[in-house]
Amino acid sequence: MKHVVKSILMVGLLLVVMAQIAAASERKVVIMTHDSFNASKEVIQKFEQQFDCRVDILRSGDAGEALNKAILTKSRPLADLFFGIDNTFLSRALSQDMFVPYVSKELEQIPDHLKLDPEFRLSPVDFGDVCLNYDIQWFKEQNLSPPMLLEDILKTEYKGLTVVQNPATSSPGLAFLLTTVSKFGESGYLKFWNDLKRNDVAITNGWKEAYWGQFSAASEGSRPIVVSYATSPAAEVFFSKETLAQSPTAAVIGQGSAFRQIEFAGILKGCQHLELAKKFMDFLLSTDFQEDIPLQMFVFPANSKAKLPEVFVKHSRITQKPASVPSDRISSQREHWINQWTELMLQ
Amino acid sequence: MDRTDASVGFGPVLAAGLIPFVFLGLFYCYPVISIFFKSFTDAGSWNGSSLIAVFTSKRMINILWFTCWQAGLSTMVTLIVGLPCAYFFSTYQFRFKQTLLTLSTIPFVLPTVVVAAAFQALIGDRGIIATPLFSHPLFMIIMAHVFYNFSVVLRIISGYWSQVSSTYADAARTLGAHPIQVFFRVHLPLIRPAILASALLVFMYCFCSFGVILILGGPKFSTIEVEIYRQAAHLFNLPMAAALSLVQIVFTFLLMWGYTRYQRKTAAPASDIQYVSKPCDRWYQKGSVLLCGCFIILFTGAPMIALFIKSIIHDGQVSLIYYRSLFDNPTHSLFYIHPVSAIKNSLIFSLVTLIIAGVVGMSSAYTIHYSPKKMASVLDPLFMLPLSTSAVTLGFGIIISLDRSIIDLRTSPALIPITHSIIAFPFVLRTVLPAIQSIPISLREASHVLGAGRFKTFMHVELPIIIKALTTGSVFAFTISLGEFGATVFTARPEYSTMPMAIFRFLGNPGHMNYGQAMAVSFLLMCMTGIGFVLIERVSGTHRGIF
Repeated sequence: MKHVVKSILMVGLLLVVMAQIAAASERKVVIMTHDSFNASKEVIQKFEQQFDCRVDILRSGDAGEALNKAILTKSRPLADLFFGIDNTFLSRALSQDMFVPYVSKELEQIPDHLKLDPEFRLSPVDFGDVCLNYDIQWFKEQNLSPPMLLEDILKTEYKGLTVVQNPATSSPGLAFLLTTVSKFGESGYLKFWNDLKRNDVAITNGWKEAYWGQFSAASEGSRPIVVSYATSPAAEVFFSKETLAQSPTAAVIGQGSAFRQIEFAGILKGCQHLELAKKFMDFLLSTDFQEDIPLQMFVFPANSKAKLPEVFVKHSRITQKPASVPSDRISSQREHWINQWTELMLQ
Repeated sequence: MDRTDASVGFGPVLAAGLIPFVFLGLFYCYPVISIFFKSFTDAGSWNGSSLIAVFTSKRMINILWFTCWQAGLSTMVTLIVGLPCAYFFSTYQFRFKQTLLTLSTIPFVLPTVVVAAAFQALIGDRGIIATPLFSHPLFMIIMAHVFYNFSVVLRIISGYWSQVSSTYADAARTLGAHPIQVFFRVHLPLIRPAILASALLVFMYCFCSFGVILILGGPKFSTIEVEIYRQAAHLFNLPMAAALSLVQIVFTFLLMWGYTRYQRKTAAPASDIQYVSKPCDRWYQKGSVLLCGCFIILFTGAPMIALFIKSIIHDGQVSLIYYRSLFDNPTHSLFYIHPVSAIKNSLIFSLVTLIIAGVVGMSSAYTIHYSPKKMASVLDPLFMLPLSTSAVTLGFGIIISLDRSIIDLRTSPALIPITHSIIAFPFVLRTVLPAIQSIPISLREASHVLGAGRFKTFMHVELPIIIKALTTGSVFAFTISLGEFGATVFTARPEYSTMPMAIFRFLGNPGHMNYGQAMAVSFLLMCMTGIGFVLIERVSGTHRGIF
């Protein structure tokens, strides 16, 4: 009995001490973000040295989960700044009244079409285009011309070649669904999906399962067309040991065939380090951080002054005419579109 | 045994119960109740409409039904496969028994993404032994569940079986019973508690299956757990997610409650003597043991070998490039983790989990044992609930509840072993409880009469008896922690990354190097698990036993 009481006291004491250490008022700024966030050590250290503080990064699950955690904790925020809300979640995040407006001077360098919140509670940091990728080698071997446009994958010679993600569980999956809504209209997108279903499309729950499990260029898979990012071919080159001259994959970005995902960051209301958070927002938008984005997260920097790395210049292109759906429309219709899609494709 | 042990009064119950009550109350009940409260109240007033929606939507009913029957089927297949192997393991002595046992437990630790990759390499569309039947998602789901849970059945049943006297079976045989008759009328009733205990664990594991269904099953199959994640993380429908969580929790409670009642009614006093397994002399004994060994190697080994091959083949040639490149950080990523640090972190978190889960599991087993019957029949299922609580629900609960200054652990690394322990301690409880119940009261009494205090009796009389069960439970706790991706929590510092987190980081980007490195870390994780087992079993001195 004595031992039990003793050990409980010890554990309790330990917890208190740990909490004390954690709460020790240290100069720091905390960033809450999703699991795909990445940055160079040197770049973050530069900020830490400049402002004599520590940068803590909370990776909190996938994009939807992270935002949900931020919403749940908005009365006692876990962080000072949230990074990683894309335009499909924008209206939802703004409706929660959880961000402080802040107009950074760096916003001057960012093209206006990326600025979707006129009050600047959320500022654009980067963007990526979700589109079809194909296996170049496969099409060469089969003597088949690769797809140029989205609707090409409905052709009979492309039967059974495509793998897409479930929009209910995957963010590129949702972006791809929105591409079809944008391209074929709210009255026509279901017909596209119906035809695609007849053309024997494969559906996975997440990007990993599609890319690593089914895509012929990346794995043992048998499908040469996959929904991924316009920057994936550049990543294929960058992450190959022998530095390939040409990427094994290519992206289909013509004429509204790619959906532009813009990622935003915002300062959380009620945060503990408001001044540092503002400084960090400036930093996120500055060329220092912006030039680090491509090779860390494989998306494009929002700042037009930021220089792209060579592998991006050579192996990726920015979509000239991206598909787009207004973010309040996405917010109000998201569940409806997903449910319609689920009913059609999964029943 | 209930007669005297239960009459010791509330003192010991309280003493033993304090640990699990405080631990679970703080890190499980409080967060889960908080999130339910938040989800089911609308501006202060109760709103349970999502609960009604669960039972009126056809899609939800389908999901509930699928969750139950796939778990039932998986459990049946696992038992059918595991039972014969458990028989040979408990009856005969043979070489490499421990190695085989270790091998069969390794799958338990592998992250689902990795298992999925291994299964696809083996029986997928373009796998080594691809056929339309094998690559059917339902077949893959069941196989993956069997692959994961085989060792649960093997360990629990063979451990129990080896302690059951063979006298009854010998007597039946002498009286002319056919071997099949002996099995069904003697062995089966005797080992029923172990069968039920392991079936229950496997069922609950499959009932709450998440990764296997999400990845191997594809979007056409959804369990309650998958649906909770979908509703919470992607549709922002927190009330629906909470309603589903509640259904899952209530279902588990009822199942466990029924099981506990049944178990108490039929509790067969296990003998206190351990029987030594016999050497296999006859040709058919040798043959069947060989068959059993080959099966385990093939079944649990093949996907792992497929994985190993993937980690050493680069561009069609054997190469260690994926392993070597683990030591580089070409992108200078903030989240890069040196493989040695990842191994170290994984080990530390797993060991801490082992200790916490061991202590909490054992003290909860004692609490149940010393409680009056009625209380025990509620406590037992209550302690099992964490096993079936959705990770998303618990994770959300933790971040909204543990936010007061003194317990603001929301971003503390301490939360990693704590959340792992919440999931892992029921395994310890399930394995230790039967052992405690099998201790004859006369032993304890004798010890007291001879002047030993409670603590001394525990150390010198009870612990030696339950140490083996405790080891089995701890091994599971250790592996659960090793393989946990830790989706429920987050820590502020990248340097606390574990091996599963490293695997996920690699798989998050395109490029062959990333894939190969993920396979390499998976293989290292597998090896670590194997070494971990051997060490634990040596430390606790159980490797010399018959188990």
